[in-house]
Amino acid sequence: MSFLAEMELYEKIDFSFFWRKTGVEDVRAVLDRESLKPLDFLTLLSPAATDCLEETARVARELTLCNFGKIIMLYTPLYLSNHCVNHCRYCSFSAAHRLVRKRLTVEEIKKEAEFIAGQGFQDLLVLTGESRSVTPVSYLEEALGILKEYFPALGLEIYSLSTEEYRRLVNAGADYLTVYQEVYNRETYNYLHPQGPKKDYLFRLTTPERAGAAGMRNLSIGALLGLEDWRREIFFTGLHAAYLQRKFSDIEVGVSVPRVRPNLGGFIPPVEVTDNDLVQSILALRLFLPRVGISVSTRETPWLRDHLIKLGVTRISAASVTSVGGHALPAEDEEGQFVPADGRTVEEIKEMITTCGYQPVFKDWHRLW
Amino acid sequence: MGKREDKLKIGSKTLSSRLFVGTGKLANNLLPGVITASGTEVVTVALRRADFHSPQENPLTFIPEEITIMPNTSGARNAVEAARIARLARAAGCGDWVKIEVITDQKYLFPDNEETVKATGILAKEGFVVLPYIMPDLVVARRLEDAGAAAVMPLGAPIGSNRGLRSREFLRILVEEIKVPVIVDAGIGKPSEAAEAMEMGMDAVLVNTGVAVAGDPVMMAGAFAKAVKAGREAFLAGPGVAGRYASASSPLTGFLHEVKK
Repeated sequence: MSFLAEMELYEKIDFSFFWRKTGVEDVRAVLDRESLKPLDFLTLLSPAATDCLEETARVARELTLCNFGKIIMLYTPLYLSNHCVNHCRYCSFSAAHRLVRKRLTVEEIKKEAEFIAGQGFQDLLVLTGESRSVTPVSYLEEALGILKEYFPALGLEIYSLSTEEYRRLVNAGADYLTVYQEVYNRETYNYLHPQGPKKDYLFRLTTPERAGAAGMRNLSIGALLGLEDWRREIFFTGLHAAYLQRKFSDIEVGVSVPRVRPNLGGFIPPVEVTDNDLVQSILALRLFLPRVGISVSTRETPWLRDHLIKLGVTRISAASVTSVGGHALPAEDEEGQFVPADGRTVEEIKEMITTCGYQPVFKDWHRLW
Repeated sequence: MGKREDKLKIGSKTLSSRLFVGTGKLANNLLPGVITASGTEVVTVALRRADFHSPQENPLTFIPEEITIMPNTSGARNAVEAARIARLARAAGCGDWVKIEVITDQKYLFPDNEETVKATGILAKEGFVVLPYIMPDLVVARRLEDAGAAAVMPLGAPIGSNRGLRSREFLRILVEEIKVPVIVDAGIGKPSEAAEAMEMGMDAVLVNTGVAVAGDPVMMAGAFAKAVKAGREAFLAGPGVAGRYASASSPLTGFLHEVKK
């Protein structure tokens, strides 16, 4: 049974009614519970729960410390290509936009890898847009073959593939996969993805399952916040993560909570997601899924990120560049996928984490073969 | 047994301290202080975290030379991966001790006993000093002994739960039946729980979260050291009058000593 069947079950909930009848005392009862059921999670996402954020934060902090310790994992992204055939309305790389399209050559990948590894990074997230002609699986295999000489852990955030294709990439050196559903609400998904292979909702939804079956060690999922009612989107993100944890008990599951950032095309997110909302989302996810890693990227400001690491976040990106290459080969005139909000250097991020009493961790995996 | 002879022997090493310390949840700069305060002689480090490119980020940099490093196989999902990690650790200069950790359940981090037995067999034959982390199961512990384990490391409660000796009854059985040292790993959150484990006759305890999440980890490490020592001495001193079979008189069997009428 894929996650769709489980989703359909919970889509029947009258969310407005549930949240209207949820009071502060219901939230407090959930905070006292040893392990949370989906409806407890939904209670923590209620408007009433915003009045209990401090209490929730205390529980979240304790759970995070016990399960992960005073550790923050660091990674950085490398965009290999911005060629894309999809028309996602919220993304700068959309085929509808005019921008300089680029794909890194073997030599450029090496230069970028040397530079990034030189900064101390050992966990690299490799990204592309969706173009089977410009960045086919064979190109990704070649890129991984180069990059694995520099990094003990490699993640992919690329277009959705088949199980067999993921298996090829695992064999080529990929350790983990990040894939965002973007929007769990099916109608909104359909509207925001007017053309291109990504329009296939079900194929997107079942992507982590195919990657898991192919042997990825870690799967990270998430919804892009600002496209739909964030409470529902976080609820389905959490359910999806719990589903993956059950289905692949030996795979580490992670979630991200990205908010829409300014992008090419001037897309205005239809739903406001405040800092308060983001914090409530992270806390609810931590209580529902105590063992799941939570990532926050440079989409968020330094001020917010500094505070979030004490509330349940376990993994953050640093020194991020969202245009193709751009680490060793500055590409000032190129448009990135989004505009990062935290432009601090690796050293500055390390110092911030250490000052908070935490250990910055660059290496959390050691490739075995 | 006199106090002076009370040493713990594992592999070729003779240890005075019965407190092992984990490093996975602690900031590196606190490690030297924690190690000194704990008086430990054995420290675990996950190979997945050993950062050979960056000394400042590598926990190994912060561990004094005289301490025995016990690399763990965190991240291994089967015996083959655990064996591979152990070999990589030895090749990287971490010595020949290894804590086998095979986890196929990422939600609760339960050890996979079956794969752990296999990994122990493989690595013991290759000359490793193997300390497997297990669910407290007598049958498995016996198999591990047969496979060449240098000690067994059953959990007291789920990792990171700080819930103490929830598996007390099973641990007690292991201590009674297993000849190699029994070291309680995981679950011990407070010094009093470490003391209880030692009073029960465990050979040592391993603490990670209990120290790492304390307000003052160095002070807590010192508290654990005292608790382990106190618990051990209490065990050596022998059980008090609260023992299970102790009784002032014999109301049920006293008649056997009476003269038949």
